[in-house]
Amino acid sequence: MYQYFYELTGSVIISTLITAIFPLVNVLLVALIGVYLERKVSAWMQDRVGPNRTGPFGLFQTIADFLKMLQKEDAVSSEVDKKLYNIAPVLVFAGSFAVYAVIPFSSKLIGSEIEVGLFYALAVSSFVVAGILMAGWSSNNKYSLLGAMRSAAQIVSYEIPTALVVLGMVMLLGTLSLTKISDMQTAYFWNWNIFGGPELSVTKFILIPFMLVGFVIMFISTLAEVNRTPFDIPEAESELVAGYFTEYCGMKWAMFMLSEYGNMFAVSAIVSILFFGGYQSPFGYLGNTLGLHWLIPYEQAFWFIFKGWFFIFVQMWLRWTLPRLRVDQLMTVCWKYLIPYAFVNLIVIGIISLF
Amino acid sequence: MKEYLKNTWLGIYTVLVGMKITFKHLFTPPVTIQYPEVKLKLPERERNRLYVNIDDCIGCDQCARACPVNCITVDTVKSVPGEDLGVTSNGKKKALWVTNFTIDFAKCCYCQLCVFPCPTECIYMTDVFEFSTYERKDLLYQFSNLTPEEAEQKKLNYAKFQAEKEAQKAAAAAAPKPEAPSQNNTN
Repeated sequence: MYQYFYELTGSVIISTLITAIFPLVNVLLVALIGVYLERKVSAWMQDRVGPNRTGPFGLFQTIADFLKMLQKEDAVSSEVDKKLYNIAPVLVFAGSFAVYAVIPFSSKLIGSEIEVGLFYALAVSSFVVAGILMAGWSSNNKYSLLGAMRSAAQIVSYEIPTALVVLGMVMLLGTLSLTKISDMQTAYFWNWNIFGGPELSVTKFILIPFMLVGFVIMFISTLAEVNRTPFDIPEAESELVAGYFTEYCGMKWAMFMLSEYGNMFAVSAIVSILFFGGYQSPFGYLGNTLGLHWLIPYEQAFWFIFKGWFFIFVQMWLRWTLPRLRVDQLMTVCWKYLIPYAFVNLIVIGIISLF
Repeated sequence: MKEYLKNTWLGIYTVLVGMKITFKHLFTPPVTIQYPEVKLKLPERERNRLYVNIDDCIGCDQCARACPVNCITVDTVKSVPGEDLGVTSNGKKKALWVTNFTIDFAKCCYCQLCVFPCPTECIYMTDVFEFSTYERKDLLYQFSNLTPEEAEQKKLNYAKFQAEKEAQKAAAAAAPKPEAPSQNNTN
């Protein structure tokens, strides 16, 4: 994508900007549709109707909210640490947006095809912690600080099981490049890593249960990393008002919101790349059967976004199913359950990958 | 170790059970009633805004006296002999002009006590319950069908009639003294 525009315009800056616009639009759409869907899904699960007054089926509700947010006064309380307070939402958003640089939406639509894509994604997504801590500390508010501390503790602990599962996958696949991982799982859905990878042998069937365990651990820990229920203690409304962004309003608050939804899609994307074939179609490509090869990247983008949305839906589904965990339970789940299982999984996958 | 594995299994299993329940509810129709468009059927003996069928009202003031919060005001003027006020639907002859029949719904407690004493059943509960207003004075409902001018006219009529009667009485009181014996005489 970047290469194409570079050849077209001959300018590094313009081609970079154009390449960056697509993920930005994606993040905005995810936030816009995600908030709507969140409300609708929660309403349906609780036998309610959900937003249905603004526009057909309440579709314009989030747009109305967004317009309201734009009009709000940028109120800053006098006791905050102005510099950190102002930079924190930008940092949080930048952290969650930077992950999109390596996410391959299709074989053609990718910001940067770096070899260490997976490592980069993990590293940059934990960058968000710094922004959250800044927001919590600079707000000069008990609730904000408590929320930020909880968030930091949570994200740092849950990074370990994520990293262990990713390590196992990297050992098995032998690459950190997200495009290569996706390309390995091409053609049909039984080639996905969750079904033991593309190689048809005995190891494929031995791998399946361990892949499932790995997927569950990865999904739970990424859920915790994006501060979603049942792991939403950093922003627990009933305890901490809103957590680390209690003191924020207007567009700054909207940036936290945007980064939350951006993160949701990013972790869904990484889970789908690692275990569910990334942008690969589960049933082969229409472009191949019709002989229209230009169609394939579009199909891939469709499948990728579909998978991302599916996992976002699962996250919402879990949110409206489970109550919030207590702080000690949160740490128990991570350190006593996820990490030992992840270790065992890692070792077993390592042994299997030897054969 | 056994406990540990059991906990793990329980954790995963219970989450799946919960997810199954919420997934089922995803497809259950909502229980919400879209209120302004769809309204629930009101109960049979609901008590809402009062209405007075003024054509049947005989101005007996019993509702006003029954009211525990004094929200009903009834002013009446007696009719003069020549006037025909008609009859109520249950055949009672009306004798009073109801010049003013106001109910202040800001005060009304919807106890329905005014409904029972009414001899002609002209005051009753309706099914209107959405009549909130921005001004408290808009809750003062006037049920009399006489305009203020008409009411004034009726009052004047009665006053005139009364005055005439007084005059007649006075005349009768002044005149009969000399006539009284003559009356006796004629009899």
